[in-house]
Amino acid sequence: MSDTILSLTDIEAFYGDAQALHGVSLELAAGETLALIGSNGAGKTTLLKTICGLIERHIGAMLFDGANISGISPNKIPARGIALVPEGRRLFPSLSVEENLLLGGQVDRRGPWNLGAVYELFPVLRERQHQPSTSLSGGQQQMVAIGRALMANPKLLLLDELSLGLAPVIIKDIYALLPRIVAEGMSAILVEQDVTRALGFADRFICLQEGRVALEGEPKAFTREQISQAYFGT
Amino acid sequence: MEWVNAIIQGILIGGLYALFAAGLSLIFGVMRLVNIAHGDFIVAAAYLAYVVVAATGLHPLVSLVIIVPLSAVAGYALQAGILNRTIGDDLLPPLLVTFGLSVILQNGMLELFTADSRKLDAGLLDIQNFNLLPGVNIGYMPLLMFVAAIIVIAGLQYIFYRTSLGRAFRAVSDDGEIAQIMGLDNRKIFAAAMALSFGVIAIAGVFLAVRANFDPFVGPSRLIFGFEAVIIGGLGNLWGTLVGGIILGVAQAIGAQIDPGWQLLAGHIAFLLVLAIKPRGLFPRIDG
Repeated sequence: MSDTILSLTDIEAFYGDAQALHGVSLELAAGETLALIGSNGAGKTTLLKTICGLIERHIGAMLFDGANISGISPNKIPARGIALVPEGRRLFPSLSVEENLLLGGQVDRRGPWNLGAVYELFPVLRERQHQPSTSLSGGQQQMVAIGRALMANPKLLLLDELSLGLAPVIIKDIYALLPRIVAEGMSAILVEQDVTRALGFADRFICLQEGRVALEGEPKAFTREQISQAYFGT
Repeated sequence: MEWVNAIIQGILIGGLYALFAAGLSLIFGVMRLVNIAHGDFIVAAAYLAYVVVAATGLHPLVSLVIIVPLSAVAGYALQAGILNRTIGDDLLPPLLVTFGLSVILQNGMLELFTADSRKLDAGLLDIQNFNLLPGVNIGYMPLLMFVAAIIVIAGLQYIFYRTSLGRAFRAVSDDGEIAQIMGLDNRKIFAAAMALSFGVIAIAGVFLAVRANFDPFVGPSRLIFGFEAVIIGGLGNLWGTLVGGIILGVAQAIGAQIDPGWQLLAGHIAFLLVLAIKPRGLFPRIDG
């Protein structure tokens, strides 16, 4: 497994006294797309946040690209090559569309993504570049959030709830663009409520249940019943 | 014409109040920190100018070349060394710590410089004026203060909205967690904002020292004017802060014109009126 980009071993994470992850392990190969599914509160977002260094209280080994990333400060994460599209987009409201994108690109990693490439992927953002990011529609805001993460030219893209609060037709458009986004060897972890869509897109999946891995493998290897059992814990 | 004169002088003094307030407004805008010691730091900058002028014989305004960078470095160190430890979800720790700093500064300055009041001599600039209208004479010094206030606010505005540092200020203020995972070190950004604020404090301190007598305990009364200007203008809005300073200055001038004893009262009344009618100030930030 020389091409493993991310390796997590027995990750436990805590919010205060509450434990959110109980020993989660996963391996991600370079260029692979992993769907992280599970019901509300299963620990999906917590796992992404832990990878980004945003959960201070955690134990377990985290190796990214051969180097330890456990315990490093969150502001060092993008320079290592990890970028997050956070749940609920969380654009900077007092920044324009273009400023949001530039902020994502300020780590100055080399790669295919820059303002021009993002505008080519999402032409509507070029028209809106000087508008406040909050004046955009939900779908356009999601495009800014994705573009902002891509600007860091990450090796690993973490996508948290892309479809949250968006109209189905918009979700379809964004998913149609995802293959272009994760091309060229970029790995991705996709957290998604819409299980069918996530499994349809990902190479492999992990289903979390109350902070533990309930099921993992290739989507085709399991029946709907098996997955839904792991999902709901029935 | 007396009234026109009073209002024009009030506008000019409003520039000084805006200088007192600009640093406060900046810091609150970036990190929601209310610096209770802001006025005392202005007085400390005035003493620093006093020492530098006494040692080098420079004109007070020229001494800014030395005092502004020194003050900015002190601001960076203060934020990186002390205040960053107080920043969090709770607004109370920074209030308490800066209140403590205020007490320490006042007593420290009393020890070092005694309670004698001082003033910096700006030479001819202090006393010369020109005739704008019959009965309206404009002093060069008040005019210079007003112009300095506009330049400072325009400069801060430029930094905030046209530079990558300003972009970082706004991003950190909007969402500190996400700003971090974009690679910003919030602590360094806060320290840079405090350095900028202390640069403005240095300018305010020198103009304070040139305009009037000062002693170690005048800081809190300057702080009041600063707070009032910030709140009249709307929290975090820099041009609003200038307008707030002008409203305060004009109200005081009008009060003094009616009865000299009403000068301060009129300013506070204007402040209370604005607060009663528009609690968030005249020009609140839209994204508040």
